[in-house]
Amino acid sequence: MEAVNISNKVFPRKKILPGFGLTFGFMILYLSLIMLIPLSTIFINTAGIDFKEFWNIVTDERVMQAYKLSFGASFIAAVIDSVFGFLVAWVLVRYDFPGKRIVDSMVDLPFALPTAIAGISLTAVFASNGWIGRYLSDIGIKIAFTEVGIIIALTFIGLPFVVRTVQPVLEEFDKEVEEAAATLNANRFQIITKIIFPTIRPALITGTTLAFARALGEYGSIIFISGNLPLKTEIVPVLIMSKLEQYDYQGATAISIVMLLTSFILLFTINILQWWSTKHK
Amino acid sequence: MSGKIKNKSILSEPLIVRLTLIAAAILFLIIFLGLPIAVIFKEAFELGLNNYLTSITDAETVSSIELTVITTFVSLILNLIFALAAAWAITKFDFRGKNFILTLLDLPLTISPVISGMVFVLLLGSHSLLGQYLNQYDIKIIFAAPGIILATTFVTLPYIVRELIPLMKEQGRQEEEAALSLGANGWQIFFKITLPNIKWGLMYGLILCNARAIGEFGAVSVVSGHIRGLTNTIPLHIEILYNEYNFSAAFAVATLLTLLAIITLFLKTLISWKFK
Repeated sequence: MEAVNISNKVFPRKKILPGFGLTFGFMILYLSLIMLIPLSTIFINTAGIDFKEFWNIVTDERVMQAYKLSFGASFIAAVIDSVFGFLVAWVLVRYDFPGKRIVDSMVDLPFALPTAIAGISLTAVFASNGWIGRYLSDIGIKIAFTEVGIIIALTFIGLPFVVRTVQPVLEEFDKEVEEAAATLNANRFQIITKIIFPTIRPALITGTTLAFARALGEYGSIIFISGNLPLKTEIVPVLIMSKLEQYDYQGATAISIVMLLTSFILLFTINILQWWSTKHK
Repeated sequence: MSGKIKNKSILSEPLIVRLTLIAAAILFLIIFLGLPIAVIFKEAFELGLNNYLTSITDAETVSSIELTVITTFVSLILNLIFALAAAWAITKFDFRGKNFILTLLDLPLTISPVISGMVFVLLLGSHSLLGQYLNQYDIKIIFAAPGIILATTFVTLPYIVRELIPLMKEQGRQEEEAALSLGANGWQIFFKITLPNIKWGLMYGLILCNARAIGEFGAVSVVSGHIRGLTNTIPLHIEILYNEYNFSAAFAVATLLTLLAIITLFLKTLISWKFK
Protein backbone atom coordinates (compact mmCIF):
# COMPACT_ATOMS: atom_id res chain seq x y z
CA MET A 1 0.00 0.00 0.00
CA GLU A 2 2.91 2.28 0.84
CA ALA A 3 4.26 1.92 -2.67
CA VAL A 4 0.88 2.78 -4.17
CA ASN A 5 0.61 5.94 -2.13
CA ILE A 6 4.09 7.07 -3.05
CA SER A 7 3.61 6.37 -6.74
CA ASN A 8 0.29 8.24 -6.65
CA LYS A 9 2.07 11.22 -5.13
CA VAL A 10 4.95 11.16 -7.58
CA PHE A 11 2.79 10.63 -10.65
CA PRO A 12 -0.57 12.12 -9.76
CA ARG A 13 -3.34 11.05 -12.17
CA LYS A 14 -0.81 9.42 -14.47
CA LYS A 15 -2.43 6.00 -14.27
CA ILE A 16 -4.32 5.32 -17.45
CA LEU A 17 -6.94 2.61 -17.12
CA PRO A 18 -7.02 0.02 -19.90
CA GLY A 19 -9.79 -0.54 -22.41
CA PHE A 20 -10.19 2.87 -24.01
CA GLY A 21 -9.67 1.65 -27.58
CA LEU A 22 -12.05 -1.28 -27.21
CA THR A 23 -14.89 0.50 -25.40
CA PHE A 24 -14.66 3.78 -27.33
CA GLY A 25 -14.44 1.94 -30.65
CA PHE A 26 -17.42 -0.28 -29.81
CA MET A 27 -19.47 2.70 -28.65
CA ILE A 28 -18.86 4.62 -31.89
CA LEU A 29 -19.52 1.56 -34.07
CA TYR A 30 -22.76 0.74 -32.22
CA LEU A 31 -24.03 4.32 -32.27
CA SER A 32 -23.29 4.54 -36.01
CA LEU A 33 -25.03 1.28 -36.89
CA ILE A 34 -28.07 1.56 -34.63
CA MET A 35 -28.57 5.31 -34.61
CA LEU A 36 -26.58 7.58 -36.93
CA ILE A 37 -26.80 5.66 -40.21
CA PRO A 38 -30.55 4.98 -39.82
CA LEU A 39 -31.23 8.62 -38.87
CA SER A 40 -29.20 9.93 -41.79
CA THR A 41 -31.66 8.30 -44.20
CA ILE A 42 -34.22 10.97 -43.31
CA PHE A 43 -31.89 13.72 -44.50
CA ILE A 44 -30.78 11.75 -47.57
CA ASN A 45 -34.39 11.12 -48.56
CA THR A 46 -35.39 14.74 -48.09
CA ALA A 47 -32.40 15.91 -50.12
CA GLY A 48 -34.03 14.15 -53.08
CA ILE A 49 -36.86 16.70 -53.27
CA ASP A 50 -36.43 20.39 -54.03
CA PHE A 51 -37.46 23.06 -51.56
CA LYS A 52 -40.67 24.04 -53.32
CA GLU A 53 -41.94 20.49 -53.24
CA PHE A 54 -40.88 20.16 -49.60
CA TRP A 55 -42.72 23.38 -48.78
CA ASN A 56 -45.85 22.17 -50.55
CA ILE A 57 -45.83 18.93 -48.59
CA VAL A 58 -45.38 20.48 -45.16
CA THR A 59 -47.85 23.32 -45.73
CA ASP A 60 -50.59 21.10 -47.14
CA GLU A 61 -53.86 21.70 -45.30
CA ARG A 62 -54.06 18.21 -43.80
CA VAL A 63 -50.45 18.46 -42.59
CA MET A 64 -50.95 21.94 -41.14
CA GLN A 65 -54.06 20.78 -39.26
CA ALA A 66 -52.08 17.85 -37.85
CA TYR A 67 -49.24 20.13 -36.70
CA LYS A 68 -51.73 22.51 -35.08
CA LEU A 69 -53.48 19.64 -33.29
CA SER A 70 -50.23 17.96 -32.18
CA PHE A 71 -48.65 21.14 -30.85
CA GLY A 72 -51.88 22.48 -29.34
CA ALA A 73 -52.94 19.24 -27.61
CA SER A 74 -49.38 18.56 -26.38
CA PHE A 75 -49.15 22.08 -24.99
CA ILE A 76 -52.46 21.87 -23.14
CA ALA A 77 -51.57 18.42 -21.79
CA ALA A 78 -48.16 19.68 -20.62
CA VAL A 79 -49.81 22.61 -18.80
CA ILE A 80 -52.29 20.26 -17.07
CA ASP A 81 -49.35 18.01 -16.15
CA SER A 82 -47.42 20.95 -14.71
CA VAL A 83 -50.31 21.88 -12.41
CA PHE A 84 -51.22 18.36 -11.25
CA GLY A 85 -47.63 17.12 -11.38
CA PHE A 86 -46.64 19.90 -9.02
CA LEU A 87 -49.61 19.13 -6.77
CA VAL A 88 -48.74 15.42 -6.64
CA ALA A 89 -45.04 16.10 -6.00
CA TRP A 90 -45.94 18.61 -3.25
CA VAL A 91 -48.34 16.24 -1.51
CA LEU A 92 -45.83 13.36 -1.72
CA VAL A 93 -42.94 15.39 -0.30
CA ARG A 94 -44.68 17.60 2.26
CA TYR A 95 -47.56 15.60 3.71
CA ASP A 96 -48.00 12.20 5.33
CA PHE A 97 -50.98 10.02 4.63
CA PRO A 98 -51.70 6.29 4.59
CA GLY A 99 -50.69 4.51 1.37
CA LYS A 100 -48.23 7.23 0.41
CA ARG A 101 -45.58 4.76 -0.75
CA ILE A 102 -48.02 2.99 -3.04
CA VAL A 103 -49.16 6.30 -4.49
CA ASP A 104 -45.52 7.27 -4.99
CA SER A 105 -44.67 4.18 -7.01
CA MET A 106 -47.96 4.40 -8.94
CA VAL A 107 -46.83 7.71 -10.43
CA ASP A 108 -44.44 5.83 -12.73
CA LEU A 109 -47.23 3.72 -14.19
CA PRO A 110 -47.33 5.65 -17.50
CA PHE A 111 -43.61 4.80 -17.94
CA ALA A 112 -44.14 1.12 -17.29
CA LEU A 113 -47.50 0.49 -18.98
CA PRO A 114 -47.24 -0.09 -22.75
CA THR A 115 -48.76 2.89 -24.57
CA ALA A 116 -51.16 0.75 -26.60
CA ILE A 117 -52.69 -0.57 -23.38
CA ALA A 118 -52.95 2.94 -21.98
CA GLY A 119 -54.80 3.83 -25.19
CA ILE A 120 -57.42 1.09 -25.03
CA SER A 121 -58.01 1.44 -21.30
CA LEU A 122 -58.34 5.24 -21.35
CA THR A 123 -60.76 4.85 -24.27
CA ALA A 124 -62.79 2.37 -22.20
CA VAL A 125 -62.91 4.72 -19.21
CA PHE A 126 -63.75 7.86 -21.17
CA ALA A 127 -65.98 6.45 -23.94
CA SER A 128 -69.59 7.63 -23.73
CA ASN A 129 -70.56 4.35 -22.03
CA GLY A 130 -67.45 4.23 -19.82
CA TRP A 131 -67.12 4.82 -16.08
CA ILE A 132 -66.37 8.52 -16.48
CA GLY A 133 -67.41 9.21 -20.06
CA ARG A 134 -71.00 8.24 -19.13
CA TYR A 135 -71.37 11.18 -16.75
CA LEU A 136 -69.57 13.60 -19.03
CA SER A 137 -71.72 12.66 -22.02
CA ASP A 138 -74.81 13.36 -19.87
CA ILE A 139 -73.67 16.96 -19.62
CA GLY A 140 -72.78 17.06 -23.30
CA ILE A 141 -69.00 16.55 -23.19
CA LYS A 142 -67.68 13.97 -25.64
CA ILE A 143 -64.17 12.71 -24.98
CA ALA A 144 -63.43 9.58 -26.98
CA PHE A 145 -62.79 10.36 -30.68
CA THR A 146 -62.34 14.10 -30.02
CA GLU A 147 -59.46 16.48 -29.27
CA VAL A 148 -60.33 16.19 -25.56
CA GLY A 149 -59.55 12.48 -25.71
CA ILE A 150 -56.15 13.24 -27.25
CA ILE A 151 -55.39 15.73 -24.48
CA ILE A 152 -56.37 13.17 -21.82
CA ALA A 153 -54.10 10.48 -23.25
CA LEU A 154 -51.20 12.95 -23.55
CA THR A 155 -51.75 14.12 -19.97
CA PHE A 156 -51.52 10.50 -18.81
CA ILE A 157 -48.27 9.95 -20.76
CA GLY A 158 -46.58 13.14 -19.51
CA LEU A 159 -47.47 13.15 -15.80
CA PRO A 160 -44.44 11.24 -14.40
CA PHE A 161 -42.02 13.59 -16.18
CA VAL A 162 -43.22 16.59 -14.14
CA VAL A 163 -43.56 14.72 -10.83
CA ARG A 164 -40.14 13.06 -11.10
CA THR A 165 -38.34 16.29 -12.01
CA VAL A 166 -39.98 18.45 -9.33
CA GLN A 167 -39.98 15.89 -6.49
CA PRO A 168 -36.18 15.69 -5.86
CA VAL A 169 -35.84 19.48 -5.87
CA LEU A 170 -38.66 19.83 -3.34
CA GLU A 171 -37.06 17.12 -1.19
CA GLU A 172 -33.73 18.95 -1.18
CA PHE A 173 -35.33 22.27 -0.33
CA ASP A 174 -33.90 23.50 2.94
CA LYS A 175 -36.63 23.97 5.56
CA GLU A 176 -34.40 26.37 7.46
CA VAL A 177 -34.93 28.94 4.74
CA GLU A 178 -38.65 28.71 5.39
CA GLU A 179 -38.08 29.03 9.14
CA ALA A 180 -35.88 32.05 8.58
CA ALA A 181 -38.58 33.68 6.47
CA ALA A 182 -41.15 32.87 9.15
CA THR A 183 -39.05 34.56 11.87
CA LEU A 184 -38.99 37.61 9.62
CA ASN A 185 -42.79 37.61 9.78
CA ALA A 186 -43.43 36.35 6.28
CA ASN A 187 -46.82 34.70 6.00
CA ARG A 188 -47.40 31.26 4.49
CA PHE A 189 -48.56 32.67 1.15
CA GLN A 190 -45.43 34.83 0.86
CA ILE A 191 -43.17 31.89 1.78
CA ILE A 192 -44.72 29.72 -0.92
CA THR A 193 -44.81 32.30 -3.70
CA LYS A 194 -41.59 34.18 -2.93
CA ILE A 195 -39.29 31.43 -1.64
CA ILE A 196 -40.42 27.89 -2.46
CA PHE A 197 -41.86 28.45 -5.92
CA PRO A 198 -38.85 30.31 -7.40
CA THR A 199 -36.58 27.46 -6.23
CA ILE A 200 -38.52 24.76 -7.98
CA ARG A 201 -39.46 26.81 -11.06
CA PRO A 202 -36.51 25.60 -13.23
CA ALA A 203 -37.32 21.96 -12.43
CA LEU A 204 -40.99 22.59 -13.15
CA ILE A 205 -40.15 24.13 -16.54
CA THR A 206 -37.79 21.24 -17.38
CA GLY A 207 -40.39 18.64 -16.42
CA THR A 208 -43.09 20.38 -18.41
CA THR A 209 -40.83 20.64 -21.46
CA LEU A 210 -40.05 16.92 -21.19
CA ALA A 211 -43.76 16.12 -20.96
CA PHE A 212 -44.43 18.33 -23.99
CA ALA A 213 -41.63 16.71 -26.03
CA ARG A 214 -42.87 13.24 -25.13
CA ALA A 215 -46.45 14.19 -26.02
CA LEU A 216 -45.49 15.53 -29.46
CA GLY A 217 -44.21 12.14 -30.60
CA GLU A 218 -46.78 9.96 -28.86
CA TYR A 219 -48.53 7.44 -31.09
CA GLY A 220 -49.61 4.23 -29.31
CA SER A 221 -52.12 5.63 -26.87
CA ILE A 222 -53.58 8.19 -29.29
CA ILE A 223 -54.64 5.99 -32.18
CA PHE A 224 -57.27 4.25 -30.05
CA ILE A 225 -58.80 7.30 -28.39
CA SER A 226 -58.68 9.85 -31.22
CA GLY A 227 -60.53 8.17 -34.07
CA ASN A 228 -57.83 9.51 -36.46
CA LEU A 229 -60.06 11.63 -38.69
CA PRO A 230 -57.98 13.63 -41.19
CA LEU A 231 -58.29 17.42 -40.62
CA LYS A 232 -60.06 16.78 -37.30
CA THR A 233 -58.39 14.36 -34.90
CA GLU A 234 -55.29 13.28 -36.83
CA ILE A 235 -52.01 13.98 -35.01
CA VAL A 236 -48.65 14.20 -36.79
CA PRO A 237 -47.31 10.71 -35.94
CA VAL A 238 -50.56 9.16 -37.21
CA LEU A 239 -50.28 11.22 -40.41
CA ILE A 240 -46.68 10.03 -40.91
CA MET A 241 -47.88 6.47 -40.40
CA SER A 242 -50.63 6.82 -43.00
CA LYS A 243 -48.15 8.29 -45.53
CA LEU A 244 -45.86 5.30 -44.91
CA GLU A 245 -48.73 2.88 -45.43
CA GLN A 246 -49.35 4.48 -48.83
CA TYR A 247 -45.61 4.17 -49.62
CA ASP A 248 -45.37 7.98 -49.78
CA TYR A 249 -41.86 8.01 -48.29
CA GLN A 250 -41.08 11.57 -49.45
CA GLY A 251 -44.16 12.94 -47.75
CA ALA A 252 -43.43 11.00 -44.57
CA THR A 253 -39.81 12.15 -44.38
CA ALA A 254 -40.63 15.81 -45.12
CA ILE A 255 -43.19 15.87 -42.29
CA SER A 256 -40.74 14.03 -40.02
CA ILE A 257 -37.96 16.55 -40.64
CA VAL A 258 -40.11 19.32 -39.19
CA MET A 259 -40.92 17.11 -36.18
CA LEU A 260 -37.25 16.14 -35.73
CA LEU A 261 -36.02 19.74 -35.84
CA THR A 262 -38.60 20.60 -33.20
CA SER A 263 -37.33 17.72 -31.05
CA PHE A 264 -33.73 18.91 -31.41
CA ILE A 265 -34.70 22.45 -30.41
CA LEU A 266 -36.59 21.09 -27.39
CA LEU A 267 -33.66 18.91 -26.34
CA PHE A 268 -31.39 21.93 -26.66
CA THR A 269 -33.78 24.03 -24.58
CA ILE A 270 -33.90 21.36 -21.88
CA ASN A 271 -30.10 21.29 -21.71
CA ILE A 272 -29.97 25.09 -21.44
CA LEU A 273 -32.63 25.02 -18.71
CA GLN A 274 -30.74 22.39 -16.76
CA TRP A 275 -27.55 24.41 -17.02
CA TRP A 276 -29.48 27.50 -15.91
CA SER A 277 -31.06 25.73 -12.97
CA THR A 278 -27.73 24.38 -11.66
CA LYS A 279 -26.19 27.82 -12.03
CA HIS A 280 -29.01 29.44 -10.05
CA LYS A 281 -28.80 27.07 -7.11
CA MET B 1 -34.24 29.19 17.17
CA SER B 2 -37.76 28.15 16.46
CA GLY B 3 -38.84 29.88 19.65
CA LYS B 4 -38.80 33.10 17.71
CA ILE B 5 -41.51 31.89 15.38
CA LYS B 6 -44.72 33.04 17.00
CA ASN B 7 -47.00 30.65 15.23
CA LYS B 8 -45.57 27.23 14.38
CA SER B 9 -48.38 26.48 11.94
CA ILE B 10 -46.85 28.99 9.55
CA LEU B 11 -44.43 26.25 8.46
CA SER B 12 -47.24 24.21 6.99
CA GLU B 13 -50.70 24.80 5.64
CA PRO B 14 -53.86 24.63 7.79
CA LEU B 15 -55.22 21.10 8.19
CA ILE B 16 -58.19 21.74 5.93
CA VAL B 17 -55.90 22.93 3.09
CA ARG B 18 -53.63 19.93 3.53
CA LEU B 19 -56.53 17.49 3.39
CA THR B 20 -57.99 19.21 0.34
CA LEU B 21 -54.67 19.05 -1.51
CA ILE B 22 -54.12 15.39 -0.63
CA ALA B 23 -57.66 14.57 -1.72
CA ALA B 24 -57.26 16.48 -5.00
CA ALA B 25 -53.96 14.73 -5.82
CA ILE B 26 -55.36 11.29 -5.02
CA LEU B 27 -58.58 11.90 -6.93
CA PHE B 28 -56.55 12.98 -9.97
CA LEU B 29 -54.36 9.87 -9.73
CA ILE B 30 -57.37 7.58 -9.30
CA ILE B 31 -59.07 8.98 -12.40
CA PHE B 32 -55.94 8.96 -14.56
CA LEU B 33 -54.06 5.91 -13.26
CA GLY B 34 -56.36 3.81 -11.09
CA LEU B 35 -59.48 3.59 -13.25
CA PRO B 36 -57.59 2.67 -16.47
CA ILE B 37 -55.93 -0.25 -14.64
CA ALA B 38 -59.23 -1.40 -13.12
CA VAL B 39 -61.05 -1.20 -16.45
CA ILE B 40 -58.48 -3.52 -18.09
CA PHE B 41 -59.30 -6.33 -15.66
CA LYS B 42 -63.03 -5.63 -15.74
CA GLU B 43 -63.15 -5.85 -19.55
CA ALA B 44 -60.84 -8.88 -19.64
CA PHE B 45 -63.16 -10.95 -17.44
CA GLU B 46 -66.39 -9.56 -18.92
CA LEU B 47 -67.15 -12.83 -20.74
CA GLY B 48 -65.98 -15.11 -17.95
CA LEU B 49 -62.86 -16.93 -16.88
CA ASN B 50 -63.00 -19.55 -19.64
CA ASN B 51 -63.10 -16.89 -22.32
CA TYR B 52 -60.15 -15.18 -20.63
CA LEU B 53 -58.09 -18.37 -20.59
CA THR B 54 -58.90 -19.17 -24.23
CA SER B 55 -57.82 -15.65 -25.25
CA ILE B 56 -54.44 -15.80 -23.59
CA THR B 57 -53.64 -19.35 -24.74
CA ASP B 58 -54.74 -18.80 -28.34
CA ALA B 59 -52.05 -19.83 -30.88
CA GLU B 60 -51.60 -16.30 -32.23
CA THR B 61 -51.28 -14.88 -28.73
CA VAL B 62 -48.64 -17.48 -27.89
CA SER B 63 -46.65 -16.74 -31.03
CA SER B 64 -46.82 -12.99 -30.27
CA ILE B 65 -45.49 -13.73 -26.79
CA GLU B 66 -42.64 -15.76 -28.28
CA LEU B 67 -41.66 -12.97 -30.66
CA THR B 68 -41.80 -10.40 -27.86
CA VAL B 69 -39.60 -12.54 -25.62
CA ILE B 70 -36.97 -13.03 -28.36
CA THR B 71 -37.02 -9.35 -29.35
CA THR B 72 -36.74 -8.14 -25.76
CA PHE B 73 -33.96 -10.59 -24.95
CA VAL B 74 -31.81 -9.63 -27.94
CA SER B 75 -32.28 -5.86 -27.49
CA LEU B 76 -31.52 -6.15 -23.77
CA ILE B 77 -28.27 -8.02 -24.41
CA LEU B 78 -27.18 -5.60 -27.17
CA ASN B 79 -27.99 -2.51 -25.11
CA LEU B 80 -26.38 -4.00 -22.02
CA ILE B 81 -23.05 -4.57 -23.79
CA PHE B 82 -23.28 -1.13 -25.35
CA ALA B 83 -24.11 0.54 -22.03
CA LEU B 84 -21.14 -1.06 -20.25
CA ALA B 85 -18.72 -0.11 -23.05
CA ALA B 86 -20.06 3.43 -23.44
CA ALA B 87 -20.19 4.11 -19.70
CA TRP B 88 -16.61 2.84 -19.32
CA ALA B 89 -15.31 4.98 -22.19
CA ILE B 90 -17.22 8.07 -21.04
CA THR B 91 -16.55 7.92 -17.30
CA LYS B 92 -13.02 6.50 -17.19
CA PHE B 93 -11.42 8.63 -19.91
CA ASP B 94 -11.38 12.21 -21.14
CA PHE B 95 -11.86 12.90 -24.81
CA ARG B 96 -13.22 15.59 -27.09
CA GLY B 97 -16.85 15.50 -28.13
CA LYS B 98 -18.05 13.80 -24.96
CA ASN B 99 -20.97 16.20 -24.56
CA PHE B 100 -22.03 15.57 -28.12
CA ILE B 101 -22.15 11.82 -27.45
CA LEU B 102 -24.09 12.39 -24.22
CA THR B 103 -26.67 14.38 -26.18
CA LEU B 104 -26.85 11.63 -28.82
CA LEU B 105 -27.62 9.05 -26.12
CA ASP B 106 -30.81 10.95 -25.20
CA LEU B 107 -32.00 11.26 -28.77
CA PRO B 108 -34.24 8.15 -28.93
CA LEU B 109 -36.20 9.53 -25.96
CA THR B 110 -37.31 12.63 -27.83
CA ILE B 111 -37.86 11.17 -31.31
CA SER B 112 -41.38 10.00 -32.11
CA PRO B 113 -41.50 6.18 -32.12
CA VAL B 114 -43.08 6.33 -35.58
CA ILE B 115 -40.01 8.17 -36.91
CA SER B 116 -37.73 5.70 -35.11
CA GLY B 117 -39.37 2.85 -36.99
CA MET B 118 -39.51 4.78 -40.27
CA VAL B 119 -35.72 5.28 -40.47
CA PHE B 120 -35.22 1.52 -40.60
CA VAL B 121 -37.79 1.18 -43.38
CA LEU B 122 -35.98 3.94 -45.30
CA LEU B 123 -32.63 2.25 -44.76
CA LEU B 124 -33.52 -1.39 -45.28
CA GLY B 125 -36.97 -1.47 -46.93
CA SER B 126 -37.42 -3.04 -50.36
CA HIS B 127 -37.28 0.31 -52.20
CA SER B 128 -33.90 1.31 -50.71
CA LEU B 129 -30.50 0.43 -52.22
CA LEU B 130 -29.50 -1.69 -49.26
CA GLY B 131 -32.91 -3.37 -49.22
CA GLN B 132 -32.67 -4.34 -52.89
CA TYR B 133 -29.22 -5.79 -52.28
CA LEU B 134 -30.48 -7.81 -49.31
CA ASN B 135 -33.45 -8.96 -51.41
CA GLN B 136 -31.11 -10.59 -53.93
CA TYR B 137 -29.82 -12.81 -51.16
CA ASP B 138 -33.32 -13.37 -49.81
CA ILE B 139 -32.54 -11.67 -46.52
CA LYS B 140 -35.64 -10.12 -45.01
CA ILE B 141 -35.22 -7.50 -42.30
CA ILE B 142 -38.15 -5.14 -42.70
CA PHE B 143 -41.55 -6.79 -42.13
CA ALA B 144 -39.66 -9.55 -40.31
CA ALA B 145 -38.24 -10.24 -36.86
CA PRO B 146 -34.79 -8.62 -37.43
CA GLY B 147 -36.45 -5.26 -38.22
CA ILE B 148 -38.53 -5.48 -35.05
CA ILE B 149 -35.40 -6.21 -33.03
CA LEU B 150 -33.49 -3.29 -34.63
CA ALA B 151 -36.30 -0.80 -34.01
CA THR B 152 -36.75 -1.98 -30.41
CA THR B 153 -33.00 -1.75 -29.80
CA PHE B 154 -32.96 1.82 -31.13
CA VAL B 155 -35.88 2.94 -28.97
CA THR B 156 -34.54 1.33 -25.76
CA LEU B 157 -30.88 2.29 -26.26
CA PRO B 158 -30.77 5.09 -23.62
CA TYR B 159 -32.30 3.28 -20.64
CA ILE B 160 -29.35 1.30 -19.27
CA VAL B 161 -26.57 3.68 -20.24
CA ARG B 162 -28.38 6.65 -18.66
CA GLU B 163 -28.43 4.84 -15.31
CA LEU B 164 -24.78 3.81 -15.49
CA ILE B 165 -23.07 7.06 -16.52
CA PRO B 166 -24.07 9.23 -13.53
CA LEU B 167 -23.42 6.35 -11.13
CA MET B 168 -19.93 5.56 -12.48
CA LYS B 169 -19.05 9.25 -12.69
CA GLU B 170 -19.94 9.68 -9.04
CA GLN B 171 -17.83 6.69 -8.01
CA GLY B 172 -14.76 8.09 -9.75
CA ARG B 173 -11.70 6.24 -10.97
CA GLN B 174 -9.61 5.85 -7.81
CA GLU B 175 -10.61 2.29 -6.91
CA GLU B 176 -9.91 1.10 -10.45
CA GLU B 177 -6.62 3.01 -10.58
CA ALA B 178 -5.55 1.47 -7.28
CA ALA B 179 -6.32 -2.01 -8.61
CA LEU B 180 -4.31 -1.21 -11.71
CA SER B 181 -1.24 -0.24 -9.73
CA LEU B 182 -1.58 -3.50 -7.80
CA GLY B 183 -1.22 -5.30 -11.11
CA ALA B 184 -4.83 -6.18 -12.01
CA ASN B 185 -5.67 -6.35 -15.69
CA GLY B 186 -8.63 -4.65 -17.36
CA TRP B 187 -11.09 -7.53 -17.10
CA GLN B 188 -10.18 -8.18 -13.47
CA ILE B 189 -10.71 -4.51 -12.65
CA PHE B 190 -14.08 -4.56 -14.41
CA PHE B 191 -15.43 -7.76 -12.86
CA LYS B 192 -13.95 -7.39 -9.37
CA ILE B 193 -14.24 -3.62 -8.80
CA THR B 194 -16.57 -1.85 -11.22
CA LEU B 195 -19.33 -4.43 -11.65
CA PRO B 196 -20.01 -4.98 -7.92
CA ASN B 197 -20.16 -1.19 -7.50
CA ILE B 198 -22.73 -0.64 -10.21
CA LYS B 199 -24.86 -3.77 -9.87
CA TRP B 200 -28.00 -2.06 -8.47
CA GLY B 201 -27.88 0.72 -11.03
CA LEU B 202 -27.43 -1.89 -13.72
CA MET B 203 -30.45 -3.86 -12.47
CA TYR B 204 -32.51 -0.68 -12.39
CA GLY B 205 -31.58 0.15 -16.00
CA LEU B 206 -32.29 -3.42 -17.14
CA ILE B 207 -35.77 -3.35 -15.58
CA LEU B 208 -36.64 -0.05 -17.26
CA CYS B 209 -35.22 -1.21 -20.59
CA ASN B 210 -37.12 -4.49 -20.31
CA ALA B 211 -40.46 -2.79 -19.66
CA ARG B 212 -39.95 -0.38 -22.53
CA ALA B 213 -38.83 -3.12 -24.97
CA ILE B 214 -41.83 -5.35 -24.25
CA GLY B 215 -44.32 -2.52 -24.61
CA GLU B 216 -42.84 -0.71 -27.62
CA PHE B 217 -45.61 -0.05 -30.10
CA GLY B 218 -45.11 2.78 -32.60
CA ALA B 219 -41.65 1.89 -33.92
CA VAL B 220 -42.42 -1.81 -34.07
CA SER B 221 -45.73 -1.11 -35.76
CA VAL B 222 -43.93 0.60 -38.69
CA VAL B 223 -41.41 -2.18 -39.32
CA SER B 224 -43.53 -5.24 -38.56
CA GLY B 225 -45.99 -5.32 -41.45
CA HIS B 226 -48.54 -6.88 -39.06
CA ILE B 227 -48.23 -10.43 -40.36
CA ARG B 228 -50.40 -12.48 -38.03
CA GLY B 229 -48.69 -15.28 -36.19
CA LEU B 230 -45.35 -14.16 -37.66
CA THR B 231 -44.42 -10.55 -37.00
CA ASN B 232 -46.82 -9.55 -34.27
CA THR B 233 -45.50 -8.64 -30.86
CA ILE B 234 -47.90 -8.61 -27.90
CA PRO B 235 -48.87 -4.91 -28.21
CA LEU B 236 -49.47 -5.29 -31.97
CA HIS B 237 -51.56 -8.39 -31.34
CA ILE B 238 -53.66 -6.41 -28.86
CA GLU B 239 -54.20 -3.72 -31.50
CA ILE B 240 -55.42 -6.27 -34.05
CA LEU B 241 -57.82 -7.90 -31.59
CA TYR B 242 -59.13 -4.49 -30.59
CA ASN B 243 -59.65 -3.34 -34.17
CA GLU B 244 -61.61 -6.53 -34.83
CA TYR B 245 -63.94 -5.50 -31.97
CA ASN B 246 -62.75 -8.53 -30.05
CA PHE B 247 -62.51 -6.32 -26.96
CA SER B 248 -62.51 -8.95 -24.23
CA ALA B 249 -59.65 -10.83 -25.92
CA ALA B 250 -57.69 -7.58 -26.42
CA PHE B 251 -58.06 -6.70 -22.74
CA ALA B 252 -57.31 -10.28 -21.69
CA VAL B 253 -53.94 -10.16 -23.44
CA ALA B 254 -53.46 -6.64 -22.06
CA THR B 255 -53.73 -7.95 -18.49
CA LEU B 256 -50.49 -9.89 -19.05
CA LEU B 257 -48.56 -6.70 -19.84
CA THR B 258 -50.37 -4.78 -17.12
CA LEU B 259 -49.27 -7.31 -14.50
CA LEU B 260 -45.77 -7.02 -15.88
CA ALA B 261 -45.93 -3.22 -15.57
CA ILE B 262 -47.05 -3.53 -11.95
CA ILE B 263 -44.21 -5.99 -11.21
CA THR B 264 -41.81 -3.56 -12.91
CA LEU B 265 -42.97 -0.72 -10.64
CA PHE B 266 -42.61 -2.95 -7.60
CA LEU B 267 -39.04 -4.01 -8.47
CA LYS B 268 -38.14 -0.45 -9.36
CA THR B 269 -39.28 0.80 -5.97
CA LEU B 270 -37.49 -2.06 -4.23
CA ILE B 271 -34.19 -1.37 -5.99
CA SER B 272 -34.34 2.37 -5.45
CA TRP B 273 -34.75 1.78 -1.70
CA LYS B 274 -31.79 -0.54 -1.85
CA PHE B 275 -29.35 1.83 -3.48
CA LYS B 276 -30.58 5.31 -2.69
